[in-house]
Amino acid sequence: MSTEIEFVSEPSFEPDELGHFGPYGGTYVSETLIHAHEELKEAYYRWRKDDEFMARLDADLAHYVGRPSPVYHASRLTEVAGGARVLLKREDLNHTGAHKINNTVGQALLADYMGKSRIIAETGAGQHGVASATVAARLGKECVVYMGEVDIQRQAINVFRMKLLGAEVRAVSSGSKTLKDALNEAMRDWVTNVDDTFYIIGTVAGAHPYPVMVRDFNAVVGREARRQMLDEYDALPDALVACVGGGSNALGLFHPFLGDRDVKMYGVEAAGHGLHTGEHAASLCAGRPGVLHGCRTYLMDDDAGQIQHTHSVSAGLDYPGVGPEHAWLKDTGRAQYVGITDDEAMQAFHQLTRLEGILPALESSHAVAYAMKLAAEMRPDQTVLVNLSGRGDKDVQTVAELEGISL
Amino acid sequence: MSNRIDRRFSSLADQQRAALIPFITAGDPEPGWTVAIMHSLVKAGADVLELGVPFSDPAADGPVIQAASERAIAQGVSLCTVLGIVREFREQDPDTPVVLMGYLNPIERYGHADFARDASSAGVDGILMVDCPPEEMVHLRGELDDHGIYPICLVAPTTTPERMSSIASQARGYIYYVSFKGITGANRLEQANLEKPVSELRAHCDLPLAVGFGIKGPESAAAVAGLADGVVIGSALIEQLAGSATGQQACDRASDFLAPIREAMDNSRL
Repeated sequence: MSTEIEFVSEPSFEPDELGHFGPYGGTYVSETLIHAHEELKEAYYRWRKDDEFMARLDADLAHYVGRPSPVYHASRLTEVAGGARVLLKREDLNHTGAHKINNTVGQALLADYMGKSRIIAETGAGQHGVASATVAARLGKECVVYMGEVDIQRQAINVFRMKLLGAEVRAVSSGSKTLKDALNEAMRDWVTNVDDTFYIIGTVAGAHPYPVMVRDFNAVVGREARRQMLDEYDALPDALVACVGGGSNALGLFHPFLGDRDVKMYGVEAAGHGLHTGEHAASLCAGRPGVLHGCRTYLMDDDAGQIQHTHSVSAGLDYPGVGPEHAWLKDTGRAQYVGITDDEAMQAFHQLTRLEGILPALESSHAVAYAMKLAAEMRPDQTVLVNLSGRGDKDVQTVAELEGISL
Repeated sequence: MSNRIDRRFSSLADQQRAALIPFITAGDPEPGWTVAIMHSLVKAGADVLELGVPFSDPAADGPVIQAASERAIAQGVSLCTVLGIVREFREQDPDTPVVLMGYLNPIERYGHADFARDASSAGVDGILMVDCPPEEMVHLRGELDDHGIYPICLVAPTTTPERMSSIASQARGYIYYVSFKGITGANRLEQANLEKPVSELRAHCDLPLAVGFGIKGPESAAAVAGLADGVVIGSALIEQLAGSATGQQACDRASDFLAPIREAMDNSRL
């Protein structure tokens, strides 16, 4: 039986036909790409109601990705935090090591149904690039991944993984040479090769229908977690915590719980060197609404409207915008957004590694750090569920460098 | 309200000439040179000027305009600077239409109402925001209408006929037809591919039709002038200006580049 993509949320959390979540979202793209978005929207809304498509997706998620991922009770972490019970949704155990594969499996299947022979993707930390190269290899499609020069330097292992998988990694040297510039370059490729190319966006940003589609493909995380909580703990969690760069793992977890009014939600942004320093990537905590990469959303720009360079120890959070649905969840108060600094994330990285034998991605370490703070303020009979969105193998080199250790 | 763009296209139509529309990035190579370059372009035969508002993330532009934007931003050029440039240009040229071209976020930050008021008083006639299709322009559109500024709309090879007529009903001034699927400055223009969409577009739309993307010099400009009401040239011109040692040299290069194009276009219509 197919688990249809279901919507537990209230209607106000669904966008209008043009993809607007309140004042956010929309389709801010050049005229050449309008048709491509229309075509994608039509295909997505058609196939997600198709039993065969959904059965193939479910089978891929089960047998290729390795779902369902467990909910793990981090008992020693809980003890150290000294408050609420801390549970981890183990997306780090997925094939390729992060939640990103949930989305790429779905979009690649859609590309196949749409008859597109070529896949392009942008990547920051490299996780989405690897996940895209992986599904492209499996379906025998050509794959080009755009990646900023700065990110290529700090994520050498993932670059090599993509190449092993047969993808071409194109270095992007414009602008800040990070994720936002990789996105620009992928858009330029798409506008040029729009007939045969499917652009797999890795997060809940971009123009409609990407924010909805990427959310839906990742919502398997929240649907599973909700069921696991009811089956294994006989209660919903009191709070959900997930890191937010573009925000796909967070929305994937949050969305199926939106209608559960007692479940609090916390999105954790990268506060870098501290929100007061300006060197961070916390667009919801410290940015303002604007238009970037196809949608209206919170972003970090200067007084002239130029997009600013961001900073985070984790490449996957180093992005000056955020998915438009997060902007709407912030304004409506349904979710709260907080910042965790580089140092706090590093501390959580070590704590989880030493206490539980789980090496988290630096992105996910932000969520762990905030969950520990939050748990400390809660009662022992309460529960915090953290989306452990990725594993930290890719970050070992970065951590060693930061701590002055040569490998 | 009459707009300089309408007046210019109407007089060109009377003369059976196609409009020559150069695009330069405001503030590139040097912010202090832009006004003088604009005057040189007009002297060399430009009918409408498109002035690029530099943006940090120009996702629809090729390397030439990206680099021009980065140079301008590095010298502190903002939307506010650009409006100052137009205001200064207007002191000596009350007639040549000026269209600002760019991306939406600088206008978002400036504020729709403030922008429309200041742009109008500076002498801006139209705006073309690459990342803002008509369906997302509703609010800004109201402010522009109040101040007589035209939203210039794009039509692309991928635009469906139904959409063409919807765009045509909302567009003002002229329609900008993007000649191929790709980014600015790419080398993909094929004149033969233009004939069908241009005639299709004419069936949907009474506005003048300008064609841009990939037009590099006299030959391609003349060919396009045979089909369309206007020819836009951007990247090839910006490449000429880059590396100029003085403002005077930049002005000379601008007019040396444009004059033969003007001549070729006018000859093609004889």
